[in-house]
Amino acid sequence: MENRLSYTLYLADSALILSHRNSEWTGHGPVLEQDIAISNIALDLIGQARNFYDYAARQINQSGLNDPATEDSLAYLRDVPEFKNCLLAELPRGDWAVTILRQFFFSAYQTLLFEKLQHSGVDDLAAIAEKSLKEATYHLRWSSEWVIRLGDGTQESRSRILDALDQLWMYTGELLEPAHYELAAAVEGYGPDPATLKETWLEKIQEVFEEAVLPVPGNEWMQTGGKTGKHTEHLGQLLAEMQFMQRAYPGCEW
Amino acid sequence: MIALQDEKHFLEKVTHEIRVEPKDWMPDQYRKTLIRQISQHAHSEIVGMLPEGNWITRAPSLKRKAILIAKVQDEAGHGLYLYSAAETLGISRAEMIDQLHSGRAKYSSIFNYPTISWADIGAIGWLVDGAAIMNQVPLCRCSYGPYSRAMVRICKEESFHQRQGFDILLKLSQGSKAQKNMVQDSINRWWWPSIMMFGPADESSPHSRQSMEWKIKRFSNDELRQRFVDMCAQQVKVLGLELPDEKLKWNEKRQQYDFGEIDWKEFRNVVNGNGPCNKERLATRIKAHEDGAWVREAAAAHAEKRRAKSARAA
Repeated sequence: MENRLSYTLYLADSALILSHRNSEWTGHGPVLEQDIAISNIALDLIGQARNFYDYAARQINQSGLNDPATEDSLAYLRDVPEFKNCLLAELPRGDWAVTILRQFFFSAYQTLLFEKLQHSGVDDLAAIAEKSLKEATYHLRWSSEWVIRLGDGTQESRSRILDALDQLWMYTGELLEPAHYELAAAVEGYGPDPATLKETWLEKIQEVFEEAVLPVPGNEWMQTGGKTGKHTEHLGQLLAEMQFMQRAYPGCEW
Repeated sequence: MIALQDEKHFLEKVTHEIRVEPKDWMPDQYRKTLIRQISQHAHSEIVGMLPEGNWITRAPSLKRKAILIAKVQDEAGHGLYLYSAAETLGISRAEMIDQLHSGRAKYSSIFNYPTISWADIGAIGWLVDGAAIMNQVPLCRCSYGPYSRAMVRICKEESFHQRQGFDILLKLSQGSKAQKNMVQDSINRWWWPSIMMFGPADESSPHSRQSMEWKIKRFSNDELRQRFVDMCAQQVKVLGLELPDEKLKWNEKRQQYDFGEIDWKEFRNVVNGNGPCNKERLATRIKAHEDGAWVREAAAAHAEKRRAKSARAA
């Protein structure tokens, strides 16, 4: 129960926090069509987050052990150490190159994850994964195309995406390194061990990077911790903004 | 002689409610009026994303957050159809954006007011989108085909936005004391700017008469404003709140509401650039455009490389 809840919250938190970052672009995109596209991805991700939170809240409420939970209490009333999102999701949106490359790494991971998770032994997780897989597949296609455009575009775009790569690569390892609750999910048959996705993930990155004429970095030190609540400084700032209304006006309905 | 026949044919079309299409002959002034109006409308959608976007990262619930992202995204979509409609008249999107950024083109002044509380997101939906719908529904019958067709789609989405806005206010009005105060304060601030959205009073509206003759416009500014006041005066009762106008009163004889005098000095001031957020809104749009320049260049350069590559292969 404890593990399954943590696993569900990890999936929900990662989707919500990345949605939040992408939604910071709404109204500020580089061109109208792409403003719409990135907002759309933000919408898909918040939709996924809500489905996972809803399932997490049901687990909590059925256990009767804690205070009743809702999607909003989970999103708005937990503090930094309780959030389990991957570090990659919480980094600032940066420029378009950072946003694109982050989305590409994340969607490549989410696609592989949901392909497995749609066969989860837990029906709720399987149903959400099946629905979300279609979205993640589109996000992966869209972000791959942009990685290629930026890598093989102008000198400036190339230098920017190389900078983004330098900044983001060390946060990709965490996606594929199992937290204790992911190992439990694998043992109990409701979620894949992310280490088993690693090879295919890397192949996808290599395939797109080859077209984008970008180097795949070697084995570098990887930052981890988000999945178990050890975050960067950025998450606290993000939550301060995101949770402001619920904190300033506690117990209200909106 | 030919020109006279063209003009006659054009006026016949307009009279018989046959849509004018991009390749049809039209008077220069008709074309200019439409470009001005459609591009101004497109710019309003784009600048209008900013005051609401200001609350996306702070929306108070996941549901509200998702609805707000979708709404602001719809506005980007409206901007896109409208720029496309204006392009059929022989102006490019780049030119129109340049006119906006250089201050030669205007956008709706309402977006030069700040959104300082969550209730403002509801008030914009109810009042600002409400006023926009009142203005825009008649445009679905506008004599220019591409504009009228774009407006049909836009109006459908706008009425959905208006309902969502009212729903935000309704929830607040049934909430805590702080929430009720928040919503009344917001209505107090948005009411007058909203009824200014119908433009100057009829006697001082410079473009109105010709636009009515050409069936670009169907009702006068004051007619539409009156309808809007009548509608809101009823709806505000559902919220158990008040519109900030002491002179608002049902007139049995006219079967309409009487209402107070608009502060035209404020109206002119905001139109002329002195609203609370005029400079900020424009600066934000310019920054997004300039920050995006390298992205657009990269996309164009890459597309060019692809074309060259497939040409070589062929």
